[in-house]
Amino acid sequence: MLTFVLKRIAYAAPVALGVSLVCFLLVHLAPGDPLSAILPVDATAEMQAQMRAAYGLDKPLPVQYGLWLWKVLQGDLGTSIATGRPVLSEVGRAVSNSLILASVATLIGFTFGTFFGFVAGYAQDSWLDRAASAIAVFGVSVPHYWLGIVLVIIFSATLGWLPPTGAGPQGSGNWWPDAEHLRYLVLPAITMSVIPMGVISRTVRALVGDILHQDFVQALRAKGLSEFGVFKHVVKNAAPTAIAIMGLQLGYLLGGSILIETVFAWPGTGFLLNAAIFQRDLPLLQGTILVLAMFFVTLNLLVDVVQTALDPRIQRA
Amino acid sequence: MNAPLRTPDAATDALVHVRNLTVDFLGGRKPVRAVGGVDFDLKAGDALALLGESGSGKSVTLRALMRLLPEKRTRIGGTVRVDGQDVLALGRRSLAAYRGGTVAMIFQDPGLALDPVYKIGDQIAEAVVRHEGASFAKGRARALELFERVHIPSPARRLDAYPHEMSGGMRQRAMIALALACKPKLLLADEPTTALDATVQIQILLLLRELQRDLGLAVIFVTHDVGVAVQVADRVAVMYGGHLVEVGASGEVIGTPAHPYTHGLLASRITPDSPKGLRLATIPGSPPDLADPPPGCPFEPRCSLAAPPCRAGLPERVAVAPGHAARCVRIGEALGAAPHAAA
Repeated sequence: MLTFVLKRIAYAAPVALGVSLVCFLLVHLAPGDPLSAILPVDATAEMQAQMRAAYGLDKPLPVQYGLWLWKVLQGDLGTSIATGRPVLSEVGRAVSNSLILASVATLIGFTFGTFFGFVAGYAQDSWLDRAASAIAVFGVSVPHYWLGIVLVIIFSATLGWLPPTGAGPQGSGNWWPDAEHLRYLVLPAITMSVIPMGVISRTVRALVGDILHQDFVQALRAKGLSEFGVFKHVVKNAAPTAIAIMGLQLGYLLGGSILIETVFAWPGTGFLLNAAIFQRDLPLLQGTILVLAMFFVTLNLLVDVVQTALDPRIQRA
Repeated sequence: MNAPLRTPDAATDALVHVRNLTVDFLGGRKPVRAVGGVDFDLKAGDALALLGESGSGKSVTLRALMRLLPEKRTRIGGTVRVDGQDVLALGRRSLAAYRGGTVAMIFQDPGLALDPVYKIGDQIAEAVVRHEGASFAKGRARALELFERVHIPSPARRLDAYPHEMSGGMRQRAMIALALACKPKLLLADEPTTALDATVQIQILLLLRELQRDLGLAVIFVTHDVGVAVQVADRVAVMYGGHLVEVGASGEVIGTPAHPYTHGLLASRITPDSPKGLRLATIPGSPPDLADPPPGCPFEPRCSLAAPPCRAGLPERVAVAPGHAARCVRIGEALGAAPHAAA
C-alpha cells in the first residue's frame, strides 16, 4: 500500500508541473498588458521599461517561468497589485474560508445525498423513489445563486434568524469555529450543499439499484443474512464510487463557487477570484488559480488512494 | 388433477415434501405462471436432478424452495415442507435461520454470486457467525476446514483472496464451501457447472457427488445437461412449461423415456458413438408462452403424437414402472416409438 501511495504521488508531480506552466502562461495569454493596471495612463516609455524590469517581464519567457517556479516552490507567490500584500497570505486566508464552506456543504450534501440515494435505490419505482429523485433533480438543476437569494429573503430579510452575508460579525474575514461565526455559515453551506446532494443521490440510487440486482445479493440472502446484513454488503460495494464522487464534488466546490460566495460575500477563493478578475490583479489571479489547481491534484490523489484501499479489484500496481 | 408423481405414502419420512407448488410472477399485464403445480419428495441423502430447458421453471422451482424470489412480484402457492418446516409460512427470523442452516444453495456463476469486495474466508466466516453465534475467529477456522474439504490447494492463503483473484473452478469450490458452512441437510445447486470449462465441470461434479455421499446431503440439482443429470443424480425429474412431465430413476428415464418431450431431449444430444457430421435432431417449435399457456398438455403444440385428448387438460400422471411416471395420455405409443428403447 505504501509503495502504491508513493508511486501515485510520483505520478502527480508531472501533472502539477503542467498545471503550474498553464498558470504561468495565463498572464501572458490574457489580453492587455499586465502593467496597464498599475501604470498611470500617461506613463512614459522609460517608466514602462523600468516597471517591466522591476517585475522581471523583460526577460525571455522560459527564464521568467523558471524564476517564477523557483519562487513558488519557496512559497513566494508574489505581491498583490491591488492590496500590496503577499498573494500567499491572501490566498491562504481565502482557501481556509472556502475549505470550511465547501467541506461543510459537501458533508451535508453527502449525508443527505447517500440517504436519499439509498432510499430511492431500495424502493425503486415506488412513490418514495420518485420523491427522493425529485429532490435530487431539484438539487442539480436549481440555479444555486437564485436559491441563495431566496434563502436570504426568507431567513434573513423576513424572519431575521440568520445573517445574510459575510463570514462573521463586523465583516470578520477569518472564519472561526464559534457559535457566532457558525450562524454565518448556515445559509451559504445549505445553498452550496444542494449540488453535491443531488449528484451523489443520483449516483447512489443507480449504484444501489445495480448492486441489488446482482447475483451475490441473492446469494447473501441464501446464506441467511438479515436484510441489515445484506445492507452492509451493499454499502461496502457502493462506497468506492460514492466516495470518488464526493471527492470530485469537494474539488468543484472549492474552486467553482464564485456565484455563491459572491451572493453571500463569503471571503473565500471564489470571492477572491472575482475580485482579482475585476481588478486585473494578475499575480493574485495566478496565485489563486495555482493553489486551487494544486488542491484538485491533491484531492484526486486522495480519492484514488481511498478508493484503492476500499475496493480490492482496483490494481495496486 | 395435480396428483403427486410419486406414491404419497413415501411423503411422511421425506426431507423435502413439495405438493402442488405454483409460482406466479405478477407485475406484468397478466400474471405469468412459471411453475404450474409441481409435486415431488426427496429423502435425506438422495440426489434429484431437475432437467429442462431455459424457461421451463426449474430454477424458479429451486428458488421457491428457499423463498428467494422477490416477494412483491411473486406469488407462491401449494405446500413446501423441508425438514418438518412449513417453508411458505416461515416468519422473517425463522426464514433467515432456515436459509443457510437447513438449506444452502450454490449458484450458476460463482464469479457473480460471491461479494467482490469481501475476502472469501470472511464471507464464509460471516455465515458461521450468523447461524451459530460463533466468534469470527471460529468462523475463519471453519472456513479453513471447509477449504480443505473441497480440495482447494494452499487453503490458508486462499482464505484471504478476493473472488476476482481465483479461477472459475476455484471460485465454485469456494462457493460450495460457503454453502456447506453451516452443515445444511439439503443442497440446492443451480446449474453449478454451466459457467465452467468442460474439464473443470467434471471435477466439480465429482466433488459434489463425493460430498453428497460423505455428508449424507440431499441434493437438488438443476441442469439442462442430460449427461450432468445422470452423473450426479439418482433420480431425474424432467420439467417442461412449468410442469414435471416425467420422473423416475436416472437410468430408467434416460434408458426408456416415457414422455415424448424426454424423447426429443435425448434425441437432440451427441453421444460418443454419433457419426461425424451428424445433423442433430431438434424439437420443432419453441417452449410455450407462460403468460398464455396451452389449455392441455404444455408440450402438445410441439408434440408429434399430439391428439385431441391432449388438449382436454393437463394429463394425469401415469405409472410406467414402479417409481417411474409421466404426464402423457399417449404413453404406450411414445414408448413404442422410442428410438432408445429399440437401441
